[in-house]
Amino acid sequence: MHVTSKKFRAKAKEKTQDLEGRQKFYAATHHSVKARDLVVQGVLNWESLRESAHQIKAHSIANLADLLEEFEKNATTNGMKVYWAGTEEQACNYILDLARLNQASLIVKSKSMVTEEIELSHVLEKEGIESVETDLGEFIVQLAGEGPSHITTPAIHKTREDIGKLFAERLGVPFSSDPAHLTGVARDFLREKFLKAQIGISGGNFAIAETGDIIIVTNEGNGRFTTTVPRIHVAVLGIEKVIPRLEDLSTFLSILPRSGTGQKITSYVSLIRSPRRPEDIDGPEQIHVVLLDNGRSEILADPVMREVLYCIRCGACLNVCPVYQTVGGYTYGSVYPGPIGSAFTPLMSSLEMTKDLPYASSLCGRCSEICPVKIDIHHLLIWLRRKSVDERLSNPIEKLMIQIWFTMMKSPVLYRFMSKVGRVLQPIFPKRNSSLKVPLWSKSRDFPKLSPKTFKELWPEIEKETA
Amino acid sequence: MRIALFVPCLIDQFFPQIAVSTVRLLRRLGVDVVYPEAQTCCGQPAFNMGYHDEARKLAERFVEIFADAEYIVTPSGSCGSMVRVFYPTLAVRKGLQGSLENVKKRTYELSEFLVNVLKVTDVGAAFSGRITYHDSCHLLRELNVKDPPRLLLRNVKGIDFVEMEESNSCCGFGGSFSVKFPEISTAMVEEKVKSIEKTGAQYVVAGDSGCLMQIGGMLQRHHIPVKTMHIAEFLYKGISL
Repeated sequence: MHVTSKKFRAKAKEKTQDLEGRQKFYAATHHSVKARDLVVQGVLNWESLRESAHQIKAHSIANLADLLEEFEKNATTNGMKVYWAGTEEQACNYILDLARLNQASLIVKSKSMVTEEIELSHVLEKEGIESVETDLGEFIVQLAGEGPSHITTPAIHKTREDIGKLFAERLGVPFSSDPAHLTGVARDFLREKFLKAQIGISGGNFAIAETGDIIIVTNEGNGRFTTTVPRIHVAVLGIEKVIPRLEDLSTFLSILPRSGTGQKITSYVSLIRSPRRPEDIDGPEQIHVVLLDNGRSEILADPVMREVLYCIRCGACLNVCPVYQTVGGYTYGSVYPGPIGSAFTPLMSSLEMTKDLPYASSLCGRCSEICPVKIDIHHLLIWLRRKSVDERLSNPIEKLMIQIWFTMMKSPVLYRFMSKVGRVLQPIFPKRNSSLKVPLWSKSRDFPKLSPKTFKELWPEIEKETA
Repeated sequence: MRIALFVPCLIDQFFPQIAVSTVRLLRRLGVDVVYPEAQTCCGQPAFNMGYHDEARKLAERFVEIFADAEYIVTPSGSCGSMVRVFYPTLAVRKGLQGSLENVKKRTYELSEFLVNVLKVTDVGAAFSGRITYHDSCHLLRELNVKDPPRLLLRNVKGIDFVEMEESNSCCGFGGSFSVKFPEISTAMVEEKVKSIEKTGAQYVVAGDSGCLMQIGGMLQRHHIPVKTMHIAEFLYKGISL
């Protein structure tokens, strides 16, 4: 997985200075949150649904190997071919081999974060194979030469005007910013691609161990098209996507669309069980399921961090995160941005490459509060910070300051002494107007002065007071 | 009834009047207040930054100091959360486990203590003017305290209480976050200040001094005439004036 998270700080600074961009982005994320809240309001058992989903995921992750084998057995019986990809290279090579074998020159893709993770389109393009994103948001960012900036709504950072201009430039159509019209333009363009593609590549929201089914929830019809029309369908799924029984799906279908797109249910819920049977009027001749590890089983080994694997990729935590709302998806330098991304990316890459991500949070907890599977995201970030310190990745000056602070806090005598010293020296501390000038703070905010006396010093008098 | 007062280090150093108001308010309501003088800090700054060894040692110190208290009350959702929610994650030494359990159960943030333990929702304060309330993240999401401060404030005689939009949106303080990522922190408080200004309130009240420092720092820098006040100060002022 390619990460550029070392640039987080610099990119964040840039983004905070783009006031117009911030406004657009703030409006878009707030719109998503409102839609989600509206459709969750009426669900009286929302909290128990979250708890059920959490328990199903906990059980699945704790029994992952068994469930994956059960899935493979059933999927294979149904005529699917299952490939275990240990690494992203293996996954890409498998798909490349399939493309070469079938002389594929055109591939259509429906939305799949995991294919972004393994940079599949890049690999295919290098081989000279045209790979077209058919999810409208992904189509838009592909046209723009960008990646997705959000897990569920890839083009959330673009307004209708942006998209209108993009289509006019890249597709040679007259400018329009009418969403229905723009969708029509995309539809016409993509129609031909669906019909001509030799391979359709999708992701999968869930894999059902009991039946060998791949479940995809979609709205646009591109998911259905991609997985039905081309002769060959490849579904790529992270190994954490498997759940035990078909019955478990009802819990997840109650929470995923609501959290992801503010819908009670998506337009289409596809249960893909087998390639075309003799009695079927359509369907692919071959279905390949690529189960991707790419570092997930190592995360599984950590009893605390494994919770990160419960994620159902709804994107709600991104929408509600004040940091994400300010800086947007590209700042994180990872295919997985936002709160869950800040927990997942360091584990999939390394803490050293992604040092800032666990710290780029005020730990407000909105992510954990909104997560439909009750992942304790912000607490996981604290755990990663602890790991970061244990792995000696902290700034040595910061480490020194913590040691000094700690020495003071351990000793009430030293604490009182330093409090007095601070007040004696305060008149010579740098000031801004009449408040203290503190590095990194005072550029944008006033900082209070130390009070003339600490509470500790005031207490003897206060103690003597009566009500 | 007697409580042991736990004073956050920020309050001790910058806003001791918040702790003074807390003491006086509790006394007016018939509560005896002791202040274990050996206390310094709950350890949260170290904990949040990932320095868990240091945090653990400060936690052990805290537990030793407050082991025998029947109630521990603190005018801070952050510090209250550190004790109730995060101390149990710190592998405090075996001999203190029992005391930790007690301390955890007996620690309260001020407004939840008043409403849920003392069963007081009207402290007898009066204030005629408009105020709004900011939900501190730890208080709201770690301690689940949402209604108690609102009950206490709405019952102030003559008050015009207005809910701001996004009252539960983070102010951007987050302790070290405010200086580790100052630009993002500032962007967040800019949004908070916009919400506050929209209410037309004279005061923004909150239960955590970190938030008040961040919001107040922004209001002051931009010469916006809204004042910040901690709920303890606000309620006590409302009784005493």
